[in-house]
Amino acid sequence: MEALPILTIPDDRLKQVSETVTGFDDSLRRFVAQLELTRQHGPGAVGIAAPQVGHFQRIAIVDCSVTRKPVPNHGNLVLINPEITHWDGYEVGREGCLSVPDYTGNVIRATHIKLKAQDVQGEEHEYEMEGYEARAVQHEIDHLDGILFIDRVVSRRTDLFKRKVYR
Amino acid sequence: MSKHWYMLTVTGEDKPGIVARITRTLFDRGMHLGEASMLRLGGNFTIMMMVAGEMDAQALEEALSQVAAELGLSLHIDPMQGGLHRHVPPNFIVRVSGADKAGIVAKVTGVLAQDGFNILGLDSDVAGSEDKPVYIMQIAGIASVPLETLEASLSGLRSEGIDVNVSPVEMLVG
Repeated sequence: MEALPILTIPDDRLKQVSETVTGFDDSLRRFVAQLELTRQHGPGAVGIAAPQVGHFQRIAIVDCSVTRKPVPNHGNLVLINPEITHWDGYEVGREGCLSVPDYTGNVIRATHIKLKAQDVQGEEHEYEMEGYEARAVQHEIDHLDGILFIDRVVSRRTDLFKRKVYR
Repeated sequence: MSKHWYMLTVTGEDKPGIVARITRTLFDRGMHLGEASMLRLGGNFTIMMMVAGEMDAQALEEALSQVAAELGLSLHIDPMQGGLHRHVPPNFIVRVSGADKAGIVAKVTGVLAQDGFNILGLDSDVAGSEDKPVYIMQIAGIASVPLETLEASLSGLRSEGIDVNVSPVEMLVG
């Protein structure tokens, strides 16, 4: 199995809204394995979303278990049809993206979220997340809605104190 | 095309249309734009912008001189080394605030320099009022020393009434 090619801007397909996953079968599991391989292949990527490899289904992987400084995390998470049901607080943090090479910027994200998602078997789970992991999930779910972090970048000088609510 | 980069500096009293006129002139002459910082400082508009193309520095200056004269801008052009795609993401951000007094920037950055902290971006502002000015500054940069070292180095400034804190920037790639 090989890593899949990553779509990079200005590829319009990155703006496409992904479809709900309905079939939890072997082909889904095969794709998820390939997506995880691609994430690990991308330098330092803590998350990846299916549309980044041109697969327009609501599938994302987040893994914040390996960071420079340990952060609260739920390990390697395969998130199928993820949905944020609650968010709280906001914070500026620095983001980059496999689909936006050679650029990083500051983005405001919720600091605490509640999340509902299915796993590869189709079973539903609920998570409460904070900080870095919550940020990663918001970044990946944005991909499923055709939104990139560069659509949300703020200028420190002019936007920092403007209250922005996620979505 | 051989890309020869110039650093173009433009400053003058702020008014609408400065960016549009300058960049239109450059575009009409086939020049390319690179990274730029454009900012209003003290009622002036300032541009620092990478410009590349076939023109040499003198031709570039001549091309821009008419717009500059019309808008009351002064400009300066330096040939520069370097080019695009040399970004270094910061791993620390230092936030400073305090009563505005002489030496606040020199003291904070002096301490950081001793720890090998390389400043990538610095935003500073004087807020408050005429009779009670407050200095507020954010410094983004990169250092290889641990957070604790920077904290220890900066803590000495607090006794001088400078409110300073440093936090790591954990970059997220997704």
